[in-house]
Amino acid sequence: MDLLQDISVALQDGNCEKVEALVRQLLSAKVLPKDVLDKGLIAGMNVIGEKYKNHEIFLPEVLLAAKAMYKGMDVLRPLFLKDEIPTLCKVVIGTVQGDIHDIGKNLVAIMLRGAGFDVVDLGKDVPAEKFVEVAVQEKASVIGMSALLTTTMPAMKEVVERLKKRRLDGKIKTIIGGAPVSADYARHIGADAYGYDSVNAVEWVKKLTTQS
Amino acid sequence: MNEIIEISTSDVVPVEKSVMLLQGIPLSERMSKNAEQIFLHARDVFKKCAHPAGIVKDIPQKAFQDVYKGQSFNAENTPVPEIALHADDLALFAVTLGRVVHDKINELFESKELALASMLDSVASAGVEKAADIVETKFLESLMTKGTVDKETVVMRYSPGYCGWHVSGQRKLFEYLKPSRIGIVLRDSFLMEPLKSVSGVLIAGKKEIHIFEDNYPFCSECETHSCQERIRALLDRA
Repeated sequence: MDLLQDISVALQDGNCEKVEALVRQLLSAKVLPKDVLDKGLIAGMNVIGEKYKNHEIFLPEVLLAAKAMYKGMDVLRPLFLKDEIPTLCKVVIGTVQGDIHDIGKNLVAIMLRGAGFDVVDLGKDVPAEKFVEVAVQEKASVIGMSALLTTTMPAMKEVVERLKKRRLDGKIKTIIGGAPVSADYARHIGADAYGYDSVNAVEWVKKLTTQS
Repeated sequence: MNEIIEISTSDVVPVEKSVMLLQGIPLSERMSKNAEQIFLHARDVFKKCAHPAGIVKDIPQKAFQDVYKGQSFNAENTPVPEIALHADDLALFAVTLGRVVHDKINELFESKELALASMLDSVASAGVEKAADIVETKFLESLMTKGTVDKETVVMRYSPGYCGWHVSGQRKLFEYLKPSRIGIVLRDSFLMEPLKSVSGVLIAGKKEIHIFEDNYPFCSECETHSCQERIRALLDRA
């Protein structure tokens, strides 16, 4: 349907009003909310992700699109709750204990939601045990951890070790990110993945959740 | 010199290019119209929310080497102690933009003004570096006034967390400088609050003392290698 394509285009333009109006229009035309979400909003965000990866657009455009997506989601959300339409897997995300930098973590959360994941954002300065507890409680598939300081990086290892201790490491995957960490560090601490930016983090979460 | 430096907000408003880099936009590109508008908006918000302040305190060579040693977590071989040894003067410094701008960034994120929040964060990051530039200049001016340096002298700054200086060095730096006088506190993880703050040492001396190559073992972990950019800029100075 052309209107679904129009949503994707309006999203890429960061046109909140148009996205909202098109979502309403499609719902009035009895298009399923899940189709509006998958074929309109998420499809649009996937295009945004690709363009960002190819350096055709930059962070401001990505975030404008994300805001427009949220506008569309606001219209859809009550219908989701009523219809219990499932999202993709659940991801518990946060900045590790001792660290209060959360811009990077926020960007990853935004892009994960844009890709259709259900995100539980624990905020910043999150103790290791809380990551694990909430992930278990929420039946999450992935824990995402962010750190911007070399002094707070070891907290990531603690989360991975706690998962191992409880034999949850195969069931709940881990991904890390932040300026001082790297793919090598992820391997070193036994994390399942390292995301070098928000789009890359989404790609990894997709891979991790399709593997399991 | 042991004083609080008053800094005007208008003096720390960053130029577009420095913000573009922080937004991941290469300088060879142009900001889109939408991005440009957000930048201008963020800059206006910044002017209202940023309350920059700085603090500088002279430190003798021996005391600095002790501060630098910190908690003995520095890399084995690092450039800063050597540069400091050849310095004419040393001072510790800290600058901050205050809490309001940080709170505003969070508020914008929470209200889903995502692009504006992110842009304001970048404007503030570039702004706090400008504040540090101002403190650097003030320090040099004070040395000129005292007559302890000549026209050949330059000042460069180095911070814990960079160039092999372990971030735990913040502890001793804070004990000596007491940046709480301008509202900066140090968390147990050595993170400064408010977040948009910078601290370190100001090293005054001849240009040559600041020149080093980025081939230390820890340089491979550095993403920016901005030291070389700073050295090039230094050499370009008349």
